[in-house]
Amino acid sequence: MANRVLILFAHPRLEHSRVNQRLWQHIPDRPEISRVDLYDLYPDYNIDVVREQELLTQHDIIVWMHPFYWYSAPPLMKQWIDRVLEFGWAYGPGGNALQGKFFFNAITTGGAETAYQPEGHNRYTINEYLRPFEQTARLCKATYLPPHAVQGTHRLLEEEIQQAALRFQSLLHQLVDASSASLQACATHNRLPSIIH
Amino acid sequence: MGADVLTSAVVYLAAAVICVPIAKKLGMGSVLGYILAGILIGPFVLRFVGEEGQSIMHFAEFGVVMMLFLVGLELEPKQMWAMRKSIAGLGAGQTLITTAVFLVAGVALGFSWQASLALGMALAMSSTAIVLQSLKEKGMMQTPAGQASFAVLLFQDIAVIPILAILPVLATQAPTHLNEDHSSLLDGLPGWISTLAVFGAVVAVVLLGRFVIVPLLRLMAKTRMREMFTAASLLIVFGIAALMAVVGLSPALGTFLAGVVLANSEFKHELESDIEPFKGLLLGLFFLAVGASINFELIAQQPVKVFAYVVCIVFIKGIILAVLGRVFKLGGKEGAVFSIGLSQVGEFAFVIFSFVAQLSILNQAEIDLMMAVVALSMTVTPLLFLVHEQVILPRIRSNPKPKPAADKIDAQHPVVIAGFSHFGSTVGRFLRAHGVNATILDNDPDRVDLLRKMGFQVFYGDATRLDLLESAKVGEAKLFISAIDDLDVNHQLAETMQKHFPHVDVMFRARNRYDAYELMDSGVQAIYRESIDTSIRLAVDALVKLGKRRYSAYRAGQNFLRYDEAALRKLMTERHDMEQYIIKAKAAIALQEELLRNDRQISFDADDHAWDSEIMRKVVEEQSGNSPASSSKQN
Repeated sequence: MANRVLILFAHPRLEHSRVNQRLWQHIPDRPEISRVDLYDLYPDYNIDVVREQELLTQHDIIVWMHPFYWYSAPPLMKQWIDRVLEFGWAYGPGGNALQGKFFFNAITTGGAETAYQPEGHNRYTINEYLRPFEQTARLCKATYLPPHAVQGTHRLLEEEIQQAALRFQSLLHQLVDASSASLQACATHNRLPSIIH
Repeated sequence: MGADVLTSAVVYLAAAVICVPIAKKLGMGSVLGYILAGILIGPFVLRFVGEEGQSIMHFAEFGVVMMLFLVGLELEPKQMWAMRKSIAGLGAGQTLITTAVFLVAGVALGFSWQASLALGMALAMSSTAIVLQSLKEKGMMQTPAGQASFAVLLFQDIAVIPILAILPVLATQAPTHLNEDHSSLLDGLPGWISTLAVFGAVVAVVLLGRFVIVPLLRLMAKTRMREMFTAASLLIVFGIAALMAVVGLSPALGTFLAGVVLANSEFKHELESDIEPFKGLLLGLFFLAVGASINFELIAQQPVKVFAYVVCIVFIKGIILAVLGRVFKLGGKEGAVFSIGLSQVGEFAFVIFSFVAQLSILNQAEIDLMMAVVALSMTVTPLLFLVHEQVILPRIRSNPKPKPAADKIDAQHPVVIAGFSHFGSTVGRFLRAHGVNATILDNDPDRVDLLRKMGFQVFYGDATRLDLLESAKVGEAKLFISAIDDLDVNHQLAETMQKHFPHVDVMFRARNRYDAYELMDSGVQAIYRESIDTSIRLAVDALVKLGKRRYSAYRAGQNFLRYDEAALRKLMTERHDMEQYIIKAKAAIALQEELLRNDRQISFDADDHAWDSEIMRKVVEEQSGNSPASSSKQN
């Protein structure tokens, strides 16, 4: 059975973004994939917890899609995590709503991948910076998959952006069709592989 | 005698209570209602009131004094100063031109020039009571027409002083006896002393207001006895009126000045609420007396002459006012209100005429005739307003102003805004600041002119008219915004939009939740209640002032707004069950009750517990150990 994918997107200034806008536009238009533009829906940060929880239960794979600001997500994404992943619902006693689901981050970074290395000026890898998200998913009894990242966005040429968008599109199509076992197998990688077997 | 007073009180009050609501219901306004009631109980119909109508009128004139005090309270010195040009220009223009025209007319009709001048001055006056009461009732005091009318009335009040001084000079025969009412201490003193006294009195009023009245009111407020404050308020008004009478100034003018001086004081609103009922009753009595004093016997004897005079006088006054209005840039509708409003002859003419009679400038028969004419002219004003509103205005509105050449449609704007008062203009300014141009529909001709000069694309007229919407190309817009507060207009607009432009997105302003319900009934989804956000913001700040942390208060406000919007839609369905309530206000109270009941069952920070550790602490206690969960969040 096809996986239902939920893309939670946080970008405070989408209309001025080069890469995220393109990625956002290339999200496949198919019934298995839902998208929530958090800044469009909750400009006042007043997140509708009940609605968001319902959406979560209706999907199998949840994507935290956002630009990588100060080694993390824009604040509304954190607000979403704080408010929606409730004690007793997402974690803690009786908090099993997200059990068996998959989470991952789909991010863009201005710096190139080489900058996110022990010898690069950011000193730590993307995976290390995303630990809080990883642990959040883990605490909710979900599987955290490695991130999808478009890096060095400041230097990307028009064609490269287009290619990145098409890769993201293809990834999302594959996620819909992937088996649970093949998704579990991805968990050992550093990045989501471009082809999920 | 006691029984007499009781009977008269019953007669007057009953006449008012019966006639005024009927008149209002028929759209005639309270002034006409009172006058009709006066005619009814007067000597020529039911004969409850005899010849004492005139003396009652003199007594009831005090209502005018109180009214001007109240008007003064509404007017801060700054505003008063800003009006100086229209007082001097419009006021002097109206009084001098009207006097001159009637002077010429009088001479032409064969009166002596002295009599004609006296007539002219009397007829130039307008009725403060009728004009202000009518304008207030129509909510037009703050409009340009209201302000202009007020400026003229104010000038006339000032003009009374020289008029009363000139009259004795016009006497052709030695006066039989001097009028007791209008003799003051200053009679017979040289002119410069009386001038000095007049200025002295004005200065005294200002100083009294500043240094005596306010401390006195503070003292009264401290007694915490409501009636003492009322007594003090009345004392102020009567006291100043008496002072003015001593120096021969118009009491209305004096109390008006006192009102202006007190407009900035902390007691403004208490004074208003104390004087208001007295003023209302006295004015009512005054209008009743006008009605009762109309001499129908005289009218029956020379109907043609009387009516010809009334028509001519009102017409001439109206024309002069219309021309002046034009000169002083009052727009079409404003100009009409201005010239109709002031077209009657005022109560002050009665005073001048009685003075004139004593000075033998005119004979008694002529005076009686003029008195009847004056009273009739006062009755005509509310009637003219009625005709203007019911017959003329709808016609003007039905013809959108002939469009000047500048009105060419160069670009189709994505947004059309109906109504450009405070609400609409804020919307329009915000959109324009973000590069979104809007086409504006408005039915205030002056505003339309202004906006056109500012480069807006504006259409004048009634937004509910399909042809206006079509010429504004609403059908090609993306969005139609109604920033009009009138529910009936919005109703019609919603229907027209649905019927003729169903593809255009609509957004509606609503005054309150009841209007919102009505609009929801006609299928509008996007409804913006004008006060809800502001009142919640105020309440949030109130919580903050009371010590609640700002973010918690803000969150509670956010949740309250969301809940209230939801409740609006929920109660919408229940509302129909409440239609058992015949009286609308009853249904409104029932709704309010329902709202308040629901509020109590909801905690507005209920779903913020994700930020609290209380539940987690409880679980930890129950498990009396370490759960991995509890370690993820701590205080």
